[in-house]
Amino acid sequence: MNPIRKKRVYNILTVLLFSVSGIALILFSLNSKLDYFFTPTELMNKTFPIDKRIKLGGMVLNGSVKRASSNISFIVTDYTNRINVEYEGILPDLFKEDSGVVVLGYLNNQTVYAEEVLAKHDENYMPPNIEVINDN
Amino acid sequence: MIKKFIHQFASPKTFISKVDTYYNFIFYSALLIYVLSIIWGILFTPEDFVQGNSFRIIYLHVPASFLSQSLYLAMGICSITFLIWRVKLAAYLIVAIAPIGAMATFIALISGSIWGIPTWGTWWQWDARITSTLILFIMYLGLISLHSSFSNYEKADKLLSWLVIVGAINIPIIKKSVDWWSTLHQSASITLTDKPTIDPVMLYPLIGTVIGFFGLIICLVLLSSKNQILIREKNKSWVKDYV
Repeated sequence: MNPIRKKRVYNILTVLLFSVSGIALILFSLNSKLDYFFTPTELMNKTFPIDKRIKLGGMVLNGSVKRASSNISFIVTDYTNRINVEYEGILPDLFKEDSGVVVLGYLNNQTVYAEEVLAKHDENYMPPNIEVINDN
Repeated sequence: MIKKFIHQFASPKTFISKVDTYYNFIFYSALLIYVLSIIWGILFTPEDFVQGNSFRIIYLHVPASFLSQSLYLAMGICSITFLIWRVKLAAYLIVAIAPIGAMATFIALISGSIWGIPTWGTWWQWDARITSTLILFIMYLGLISLHSSFSNYEKADKLLSWLVIVGAINIPIIKKSVDWWSTLHQSASITLTDKPTIDPVMLYPLIGTVIGFFGLIICLVLLSSKNQILIREKNKSWVKDYV
């Protein structure tokens, strides 16, 4: 490779090195702030002002969903800690026990008063009839 | 011999004649593969055990998302080629690819939003995957408008290439966003290392749609780069003969 091209290669590498490390520093310092939701364990150790909207993500605990007229309450768990959720409104179709959920609402006294409930689905796709065979 | 081949191929004139020779073949085979796989995916694939029929938009969403990132990487390779070897064709290709990439990203964002409504219960959330894809879309638009804001092509090409290279950092961020942070978007179903978590009966038509969509997008890129070559070389005698 002739010297001019060599110099160009070094230029590109230098620019890449600096911009990658710049972006990496930004991402590292923002790290957990870029998370979309808190897990129940993270919420346990934090206190929030009562008017601060937060997002809680986890699994809906099996057997915890209770409906009383239009009020719905359930427990979100990450299999170590649990947080109660109170909600009034329409649930997405994919909402069910033992499946992922993201709750947008206000935390008060270990309970999230939800304004919005979103269902989270995982990366598994399969036909319904072979669910049992593949399930583990 | 390879060197000779590349030199020949890098000449815009040879590029255009190669495109003219193979275009129809690429277009019709890609169209055939895409249409067949879409029909296969929509009519002859069982519904998903969680999402029911709404998962079928995967046959548009995944090809578009895949292409939106691949086209950016292609622009990155062209930029490096242009900056090191000053191959003019590479610069034309960057300008030609950018609008197609923006279009693919737009399809990915829209199809993702449509998919989100019946499954997540929302069409937009600022999670890391969705936001970084939006940034990719805005970057495409920025690159297009940057290049067209110059009257001097030589300067525009150089600046564009540098920006494409710096912006390429976003691609691994999009790819890894679902692993690095908690997101509403699920993690990847198809990876290089693990067995796909999508059942083969749904995977095969998906691979078909990705290949077909890829071919169709390549056709758009070829047409757009032909256009770009003719505009940029309009004073050359061979262009006058060609047109």
